[in-house]
Amino acid sequence: MKIYGVALLSACFLIGKLIGRFLGHVLNINSDVGGVGFAMFLLMMSSLYLRKKGWWAEESESGISFWSAMYIPIIVAMAASLNVKAAMTGGALALLAGLCATFAGLLLVPVISKIGNQSQKNQDGNN
Amino acid sequence: MEIINQIIGKNGLIFAFLLVGGIMLFAKLFSDKITNNRIPGVAIAILFGLGLAFFGEKKGLADIPLFSGLAILGGSMLRDFSVVATAMGADLNKIRQAGLAGVISLFVGVTISFIVGVIIALNMGYSDAESLTTIGAGACTYIVGPITGSALGVSSNVIAISVATGVVKTILTTIITPLIAKLIKLDNPHSAIVFGGLIGTTSGVVAGLAATDVKLVPYGALTATFYTGLGCLLCPSIFYLFLKFII
Repeated sequence: MKIYGVALLSACFLIGKLIGRFLGHVLNINSDVGGVGFAMFLLMMSSLYLRKKGWWAEESESGISFWSAMYIPIIVAMAASLNVKAAMTGGALALLAGLCATFAGLLLVPVISKIGNQSQKNQDGNN
Repeated sequence: MEIINQIIGKNGLIFAFLLVGGIMLFAKLFSDKITNNRIPGVAIAILFGLGLAFFGEKKGLADIPLFSGLAILGGSMLRDFSVVATAMGADLNKIRQAGLAGVISLFVGVTISFIVGVIIALNMGYSDAESLTTIGAGACTYIVGPITGSALGVSSNVIAISVATGVVKTILTTIITPLIAKLIKLDNPHSAIVFGGLIGTTSGVVAGLAATDVKLVPYGALTATFYTGLGCLLCPSIFYLFLKFII
């Protein structure tokens, strides 16, 4: 049943959000700390576990892959409901700060990607 | 017309499915026929969505009652739900290997964004530690900005600037990532994890990666989701105290 997959996804989502929210509460900040990340880990772990146990049907997985495929249309809808005008009316300061912060981050990607990447290459080579 | 409005008003989410489906089809055709597949259809669809957002205000196109369903479809609930679903295709080993780089990228990402934001605010005439911290926090994400600003009690004007800064970052990341991906070697799970940690705006990261290579989405989302929390943790506390100390 597809709904089993969707239900598992929902369970992981809610528990992950709960952990993220709880972590935020413990750290005394009014925000979710990594809720989606915890949910993703839970989903990976639980599906691995269920597969090992032989309780996982491909049919259940298709319930999850539907939502995974809906992700791009959702992003398009999100783009259409962003506050684009605020970005334009925030003035030169907002534009400049946003621009520089984005480029600073982007340019550091190849630098920090080097960390731990060597071992990956070695392993790929061994394979 | 009245009846049509009523039906759409009551079934906003369904209408949003139809609308987005139409946009994606249009974008795919545009990509095939006009750009010869050089620009991926997904990237065009996202740009088209951003363009449509100009017709509204705070919630973009969704401010118009007829299109209000877009805010549900593109809201954080369904977005996070579908991002979690993409984890099914992620490789746990690759994540383990990039773990250290991911954590480092998170700290570096928050710190660099903050510093860049503060330096620019300083040059544009702000000099009090509270406003500087808020704008620096806005350069992290548009959620860190207002949370930091209200914690420090700055004026709504400064908070608005910090939100705008974060939104600029989200939109720029969406547009620039697919263009710059090759240059910054953003073509494997490892660098996607680092990218998510450095940029941090979940919406920008996932939209940018979707337009670059859909397979990379779960890896970037995984680290980006910790970024806002880390920013909310560091900006109003350590970073603020540090600024207060040196000013």
